[in-house]
Amino acid sequence: MDNNPQTLPVNMTPDELGRIITRQEKLFVLDVRNETEFKDWKIEGQALEIINIPYFDLLDSVEPALKRIPEGERLLVVCAKEGSSRFIAERIAEAGRSEVHYLEGGMKRWGELLVPVKAGDLKSGGEIYQFNRLGKGCLSYMIVSEGEAVVVDAARMVQPYIDFARERGIRIQHIVDTHLHADHISGGRELAGRTGASYFLPPQDADEVVFSYLPLTEGRDLRIGHTDVRPMYSPGHTLGSTTLLVDDRYLLTGDILFVASIGRPDLAGKAEDWVGDLRNTLYGLYSGLPEELIVLPAHFGTVAEMDRTGAVSAKLGDLYRQNPGLKLEDEQTFRQTVTEQLPPQPHAYREIRQTNMGKISPDEETQREMETGPNRCAVHD
Amino acid sequence: MNADKQLDAKGLACPMPIVRTKQAIDELASGQILEVQATDKGARNDLAAWANSTGHKLLESREENGILTFWIQKK
Repeated sequence: MDNNPQTLPVNMTPDELGRIITRQEKLFVLDVRNETEFKDWKIEGQALEIINIPYFDLLDSVEPALKRIPEGERLLVVCAKEGSSRFIAERIAEAGRSEVHYLEGGMKRWGELLVPVKAGDLKSGGEIYQFNRLGKGCLSYMIVSEGEAVVVDAARMVQPYIDFARERGIRIQHIVDTHLHADHISGGRELAGRTGASYFLPPQDADEVVFSYLPLTEGRDLRIGHTDVRPMYSPGHTLGSTTLLVDDRYLLTGDILFVASIGRPDLAGKAEDWVGDLRNTLYGLYSGLPEELIVLPAHFGTVAEMDRTGAVSAKLGDLYRQNPGLKLEDEQTFRQTVTEQLPPQPHAYREIRQTNMGKISPDEETQREMETGPNRCAVHD
Repeated sequence: MNADKQLDAKGLACPMPIVRTKQAIDELASGQILEVQATDKGARNDLAAWANSTGHKLLESREENGILTFWIQKK
């Protein structure tokens, strides 16, 4: 080793962090945002250890941080946008620590990363890909058959879908939102505009929508290549919430059923009205479906739901044995759980709904801010 | 509000508004008031949290035309 090596921190891109998390590699994270922001929303990973010390408590000396950071381990310093994490990472590197990184673009860019993983094969030779928005816990899908694709519940950032399709010679034919989203701004309309694909929405959620769309309704299957995508009306999270049965094998449950929780009925302001619908969907419609169906939800709650490849899925039958939201047989208990014990609502969810209806058109920076934070679409936090 | 000292941190990104605020506060006597202007939106929560953590008192904050103004009294 040189005498006095002049070590500098190295940037880590959101992509690299995404790989570390999906591969469940070890990483020590120092988050230097203020305590409130940290508590509200942070990076999560199965082999990740994270501590929070605000950067303004480290301005005189980074000693309090050094005491808590293990030596010889890869370190990532994180803040909201990058500046403060870089500043602190430099001090830590100057103090002689090696393998010091800062997160490029901070939590802002982290919240926008989409990681595509294969979620399964289709009978006819096609595939279904899950696009995991790791920073927010949102899951979207591209179902591919014979070079044609349908994209489901697209995130605001549409370029990753376009690039993914282009690299594989896939033509995006249809775009579907399973419901009017309240936790993230839908990229559906923009993706449709840029690819020429048709955009489907459940009409019950689209009363106030100010742009043209095609109705996503039961009895009108979508076909791509050799694969059928069958809409099943499944209200409860919203009045229009619609489940997609793909290839008679995969059940895209949107925000109705997750791996470790169930959807909440209150984000459109009508929890009381929709409790019954939610209950009918979960304990009526879904419970009558084959146990072998593979549930692919629109969110995950914790990284523990990801398998070794980074994919989030579960057999429907297993969920009836394990998911606490499917064990609320008593109607009164169910009603209380989904109306009274809810986690806080997502940031700016009203404005997000307005944006998804096309009623307001905030600029990109505002849209980014509206989406900051975790998704919180589930009953269980 | 009357301030004993003014700090222009407009156009600076995190962490500089707080770094400069800390330097300016260090030069004041106990009880004196610093007025800080900043444009970085992150400064709003961070300044309040910083004041809370250091014991200085955030007397008032205001936002006008994208400019955040804070009055901080040194402990």
